[in-house]
Amino acid sequence: MTRLTLSKALNEGLRKALENDPKVLIMGEDVGKLGGVFRVTDGLQKDFGDMRVVDTPLAESGIIGTAIGLALRGFRPVCEIQFDGFVYPAFDQIVSQLAKLRMRSLGHVSMPVTIRIPCGGGIGAVEHHSESPEALFVHTAGLRVVACGDPADAYAMIQQSIACDDPVIFFEPKRRYWDKAEVDIAGGLAAAAPLGQTRTVIEGTDVTVLSYGPMVRTCAEAALAARSEGRSVEVMDLRSLSPLDTETIFASVRRTGRCVVVHEAPVTGGLGAEIAARVTEECFYHLEAPVLRACGFSTPYPPSRLEDHYLPDLDRVLDAVDRTFTY
Amino acid sequence: MTVDADGAVTAAPGSLGLDGQQGSRAELIQLLTPEGERAEHPDYPLELTADEVKGLYRDLALVRRIDTEAIALQRQGELGIWASLLGQEAAQIGSGRALGPRDMAFPTYREHGVAWCRGLDPMKLLELFRGVSHGGWDPQEHHFHLYTIVIGSQTLHATGYAMGIQRDGAVGEDGEAVIVYFGDGATSQGDVSEAFIWASVFNAPVVFFCQNNQWAISEPLERQSRIPLYQRARGFGFPGVRVDGNDVFACLAVTRKAMQAAREGQGPTLIEAFTYRMGAHTTTDDPTRYRLASELEAWKLKDPIERVKAYLVRSGAAGTAFFEDIETEADQIGRHIRQACRAMPDPGPLAIFENVYAEPTSLLQSEREQYAAYLDSFTGEEAAQ
Repeated sequence: MTRLTLSKALNEGLRKALENDPKVLIMGEDVGKLGGVFRVTDGLQKDFGDMRVVDTPLAESGIIGTAIGLALRGFRPVCEIQFDGFVYPAFDQIVSQLAKLRMRSLGHVSMPVTIRIPCGGGIGAVEHHSESPEALFVHTAGLRVVACGDPADAYAMIQQSIACDDPVIFFEPKRRYWDKAEVDIAGGLAAAAPLGQTRTVIEGTDVTVLSYGPMVRTCAEAALAARSEGRSVEVMDLRSLSPLDTETIFASVRRTGRCVVVHEAPVTGGLGAEIAARVTEECFYHLEAPVLRACGFSTPYPPSRLEDHYLPDLDRVLDAVDRTFTY
Repeated sequence: MTVDADGAVTAAPGSLGLDGQQGSRAELIQLLTPEGERAEHPDYPLELTADEVKGLYRDLALVRRIDTEAIALQRQGELGIWASLLGQEAAQIGSGRALGPRDMAFPTYREHGVAWCRGLDPMKLLELFRGVSHGGWDPQEHHFHLYTIVIGSQTLHATGYAMGIQRDGAVGEDGEAVIVYFGDGATSQGDVSEAFIWASVFNAPVVFFCQNNQWAISEPLERQSRIPLYQRARGFGFPGVRVDGNDVFACLAVTRKAMQAAREGQGPTLIEAFTYRMGAHTTTDDPTRYRLASELEAWKLKDPIERVKAYLVRSGAAGTAFFEDIETEADQIGRHIRQACRAMPDPGPLAIFENVYAEPTSLLQSEREQYAAYLDSFTGEEAAQ
């Protein structure tokens, strides 16, 4: 086991993928000499060359569009979108082309393209650098959408995403890039959970709190705080946002009878709405309270001096948990 | 900007031509005049045997017949829509026949002539326009990508594919290259400019083949550009050339040269095939609302097929029997298309759920099962009655 930051764990995962498969390419803005603005690709161009770790022109549609062409040629491109708010110029290529080519070709074409997107707020950034656009991609059939929440998952999930024959939108919690944890980079991925599987972070019996990406740590801290008040909170890291691991989610909610979904993205039309609908449909007779959501507001992301109000924190998670006991 | 009857363009006052001088005349590469007379160009020597010219004529005539049949099938309700290639046969056959078997082609939704050259069964095109599939062919089988409907998107796919050729070490002697088709309207799309930039800075082996058919549905070229389109290439740092898009010889020669340059590692070329969309944008369009009949009449005199016929007759390479044989073959193809189109079955409703992911997800499987059960419930009711 090695103690790594989440950023370094991704770096090691990418390195493994480049070593294991000569068809894997990395492409994006500043991913070469600089090693990416968050240093996730640090040192990779030096070791694998500029034909495999490609500094692209500054145009996101171009990054994804050419990655599609490379995938048609048999490559496995890993594209970096520098910040969440910069993915929209590539939205058309992702939604209209990347996600649909398998169906358009009746299964003749696979699109093993991974799109890495640093996401979420909490770092005091300027506008367009703190967004959580995952619901837009969850709504798009043909894409897999995943989010890692800790270094061990980051290391395994990036490799699993690259090996996946479907396009994967891979969200990285940017304010957790510097979180450290033990990661097994010597062993293989045999022991790692499958990419599509939701994981229990903290077991509990009173309420299920579902989260992903940057909010997993917040929810875990909330669960520990709740424990001191005698409340047993089960925290689950969704990991896969599309497809949802509904069986694991339902099993937990049927046990606890209460469910809170936590995400940074705006509450309206967010993943919490989808989960609430499905949990209500499948766990109706087990529920002691409606599914509640602790999420970002239905507003644009605010200026950073206000982001602590916008982002759900430990207290807002606990407030939602408490409210599930008032019905 | 003014367009002469011969397709040459004079830049508008205030705009700059290729040589940077106001009002400069754009050059149009032409090897076969509208009257069917052979012309020579020092940069594009072309030797064709009589059989090769006859082969090109056959291609042109047969794809026009396929197109005519498809329009009729749409009028009869057998196709939802059809995008006619009428008038653009030479641009497509000339460029399509310039490709080697390992070259890769990326079409829009109007490249029926290129599809023909690549050996794709025309019925696959009809499947798409009938609504039976979104295309459904294997791009690798004929080295012909799926039709792309969003304007200009495929220029980036082609450029990425060309970057893959570079990474496979397949540039150089006996190399491979890519050709990508798009229209005059597409040149306004950001993706096309991005593709030009990518291809240029990475020196990718890709040929950008723009069929300037003068109209983007109802919008004339003047709404897309102040300069001749081929001159755009210079700003991106690679050569651009304008060819008579109704001249199959010139399209063949110019595309051959550009593809060979790309295969050898000399990077991209923009070819502007100056042509005319003789028909409507698609079968849902009504061009009488936005363009003059006189314009169409002028272009009819430059028909891409008639000039090859005139050349074959004048040179004595082909007589009545040859043209009758082609007509007979076209009739056979027409009959086949009509029958096969009407006989084409709809896919089963549960096909909706197929090929969304490499492996079906449990969520999709469950939706599929629920919908199957819902459909079965009607069968049960009918049986009960």
